[in-house]
Amino acid sequence: MTDFFAMHGYGAYIWTAYGVFFVVLLADALAPLRQRRRTLAELRGRLQREAARDTLSKSALPRSGS
Amino acid sequence: MNPLLLWFHKLGSPPYFYRLAGRFLPWLYAIALITGAIGLYGGLVVAPADYQQHDSFRIIYVHVPCAWMSLFVYAFMAANGFVALVWRIKLSEVLAMASAPIGAAFTFITLVTGSVWGKPTWGTWWTWDARLTSELVLLFLYFGVIGLYSAIEDTRQAARAAAFLALVGVVNLPIVHYSVNWWNTLHQAQTVSLMGQSKMDASMLWPLLTLAFATHVYFFASLLTRSRVALLGLESGKEWVRALVNARTGGRQ
Repeated sequence: MTDFFAMHGYGAYIWTAYGVFFVVLLADALAPLRQRRRTLAELRGRLQREAARDTLSKSALPRSGS
Repeated sequence: MNPLLLWFHKLGSPPYFYRLAGRFLPWLYAIALITGAIGLYGGLVVAPADYQQHDSFRIIYVHVPCAWMSLFVYAFMAANGFVALVWRIKLSEVLAMASAPIGAAFTFITLVTGSVWGKPTWGTWWTWDARLTSELVLLFLYFGVIGLYSAIEDTRQAARAAAFLALVGVVNLPIVHYSVNWWNTLHQAQTVSLMGQSKMDASMLWPLLTLAFATHVYFFASLLTRSRVALLGLESGKEWVRALVNARTGGRQ
């Protein structure tokens, strides 16, 4: 097993290369998930604000009409 | 209209694309992970050490697939940019812009792993060799597309401007590909050939091709994920997005 990790002295180079491969692709895979959470939270907030405005204007309507 | 063209039109509709991509995504990620694991096992454990480079040649299994992807993703981005510019198809804009960060990631991996491979093989981390330099230019082209896209306020205008830059940058693709033939500098010529005989033993070749397949599938998985998020933002005023957000909120409240 240690032989496998040593790679006949090239271990440091090989594991650095493979490490970079994994870390960068993992970051690439996670970035859109974070963006998705942010976009959905923003949309939810906007819809809630719109809903609140609608109920407000509806309750105000009878008074302004009379 | 013939059925294929009709389906293409349907695919271009954001809600339809969003749903279809969502159905494919888990499979794409699963296939990429499984074939990637098989390829890595083959490259690190099964493949024999090289007679000249010994074990250091194993860096090929992350370096070369990513290098292929850096060119493939750019071509994909430019093709979608072309469609976006000519036919103004929103989905093509989205696909082109979603490709840019993934392509930049692959190009970055190519440069770093190449550098780490160069040290034990050539004795240097970096040299202004034609292949290395043109690949660095490719990374800057990706950065240019990403930067231009985020610098312009109006998303759709930004996408078209960035698509234009991507199209101009296509001139760099043949330079990267043929640099090893045109300039006789340090980087070796290609070993694996799409047409004709590869100069590599089958025991070393199959993990490389498996990983090339895995990175392609991964690209499409990441692309679809990014495109779906971008569509949600772009279509935020539309009924299908409202329905989707309401359905998610309703489930939680």
